[in-house]
Amino acid sequence: METVLHTKNINKYFNNPVPFQVLKDINLSVKKGEFASIMGKSGCGKSTLLYILSTMDSDYEGELFINGDLITGQDGDTLSRIRNEHIGFVFQFHYLLSEFTVLENVMLPAKKLAIKSYQEITHDAMEKLQMLHIDHLANKRASRVSGGEKQRIAIARALINNPTLIMGDEPTGNLDSYNADNVLDIFRQLSDEQGLSLLIVTHDTDFASRTDRIITMSDGRIIS
Amino acid sequence: MINWRVILSIAKTHLVSKRKQTITAGLGVTFGIGAYITLVCFMTGLNGMLDDLILNQTPHIHIFNEIEPSQEQPLEQKFKDALTQIHSIRPKQRKKNIHNAFPLIQNLANNRDVMAALPQVSAQIFYISGSIELGGNLTGILPNEEVTYFNFDKYVVSGTPQALENTPNSILLGAGVAKKMSLSVGDRIQVRTASGVVKPLKIIGIFQSGVTEIDNVFSYSNIKTVQQLLGEPQSYVTDINVKLFDMEKAGSLSRKLEEQYDLKAIDIKTANAQFETGTTIRNLITYAVSITLLIVAGFGIYNILNMLIYEKMNDIAILKATGFSGKDVQYIFMSQAIIIGILGGVLGLIVGFLLSMAIDNTPFVTEALPTITTYPINHNPVFYIIGIVFALIATFFAGYFPARKARKIDPVQIIRGQ
Repeated sequence: METVLHTKNINKYFNNPVPFQVLKDINLSVKKGEFASIMGKSGCGKSTLLYILSTMDSDYEGELFINGDLITGQDGDTLSRIRNEHIGFVFQFHYLLSEFTVLENVMLPAKKLAIKSYQEITHDAMEKLQMLHIDHLANKRASRVSGGEKQRIAIARALINNPTLIMGDEPTGNLDSYNADNVLDIFRQLSDEQGLSLLIVTHDTDFASRTDRIITMSDGRIIS
Repeated sequence: MINWRVILSIAKTHLVSKRKQTITAGLGVTFGIGAYITLVCFMTGLNGMLDDLILNQTPHIHIFNEIEPSQEQPLEQKFKDALTQIHSIRPKQRKKNIHNAFPLIQNLANNRDVMAALPQVSAQIFYISGSIELGGNLTGILPNEEVTYFNFDKYVVSGTPQALENTPNSILLGAGVAKKMSLSVGDRIQVRTASGVVKPLKIIGIFQSGVTEIDNVFSYSNIKTVQQLLGEPQSYVTDINVKLFDMEKAGSLSRKLEEQYDLKAIDIKTANAQFETGTTIRNLITYAVSITLLIVAGFGIYNILNMLIYEKMNDIAILKATGFSGKDVQYIFMSQAIIIGILGGVLGLIVGFLLSMAIDNTPFVTEALPTITTYPINHNPVFYIIGIVFALIATFFAGYFPARKARKIDPVQIIRGQ
């Protein structure tokens, strides 16, 4: 199977307040269509790893490949472009732009990518919202919808450019169990039906148990 | 690759959703630019009026024959190395006129720097009306040329200077003299020269310079009338007033004339040194105040954008996470600053224009300036261009620094900090 994400000996150090190695020789690959979760205790470096894999953090040693291309050492604009095109994010907090409507929030990354016309983008965005059953909220302000709905909007936004990989940093951490299940179902469905790769950092063992593969981390190393 | 459409739509949404802040920031610029336009139009208008009052009336070079003792006495020439002492030196008795005035005028007129050189005849006289006798000064002029080159007509409050040209034995009386002697246009006045010749003259107009000492003493007449009154030929000229194309050349030319013709030549800078200083200082104050206003407005924008960026940390983080580059984020905030600058600036130009129009139509009556009826305003389009350019520059920098901060925000720190 095709590998979408691949790392070679990634090391990461924090120098503040004292020199400290958070990641030690991380070698990891995620295959196309794979739904993987990263688990581990707080401070084991799982979020740090996720932000390196997401290209947002470029201060590390080692090599990172996305879709077979070397990402390490690229300049900021190129990394932005890669994130825009290939990676969708879902965070613990929804990070919607509160002054924009739900639809505009979803459309924003596609507008930045500027490959499709605004009409096509609007159509795509509505499609994603329909898929997540929140199309009735399209013209509401993002600040006026509930927490579970916000997270689904964030997922729709992550999907708008049809990325190769969805990354999540505790996407269910702020949700009640009903909405958490809902989000998990959506992820499961995306993986099974659309062959999307997902890499989700989580604390929730129930969540992790329903993924294809659990990557366990401890003290900056992958232990299983 | 910059996608301006998206950037501007985000900037617009920020501005619209923070309407109060946007308006406050915009009004800062509006008041700054409005005050600048009003101030600079009013101040330069005032300067222009004062220039008119003094500089345009005053010859750039005034040539006359001053009575003064010889610099070198014959005795000193004879005994060069000796110590000589002469008591009670007196100037030689000679006529007050400029020798060979017309060839000199002709010569000046041929000079490329000279716009005009006009002869005048000045005479000490007494005004006589009934039993009243007043000391005064009658100046013979070429009325039409004086009007053309020295705006002589601006000070004629009744009658016209042209009448001097057309009416023989006429006089344009100083307002102070006319008042003291209860005379008005159409009346006759007798003048007596120092040598005792008495001549009746018809009053064809009254002039008021605004300077009481002048209005109480001076009167004007046709140059020929004065020459006749003094019993002098037509070549008799006591003063020559020179107007140059470039005022700056007055100093060097006057020194050259003094050397060449053995006459006294005073240039305008020497005669009105304090005037120039006043103009410079007024301009300095105008610009200092305006720039202060604009800088204050700039700090207002800077503050508001800084606050906005702190409020929008999460938005910035997610924009960066979803693929907007640092530059995109910087441009979002800078375009907000520039939009505020353009809107506030244009509104400021309008406010400035309306205020200066209002000042322009405010009555301003003063004894000193008979032809001025409203406050002076200089509607120079250059000020409006400077105003809008300055507004854009100020808002650019007020936006640049906060926006650069936004560009450098690390999204990981924000997202992990939640």
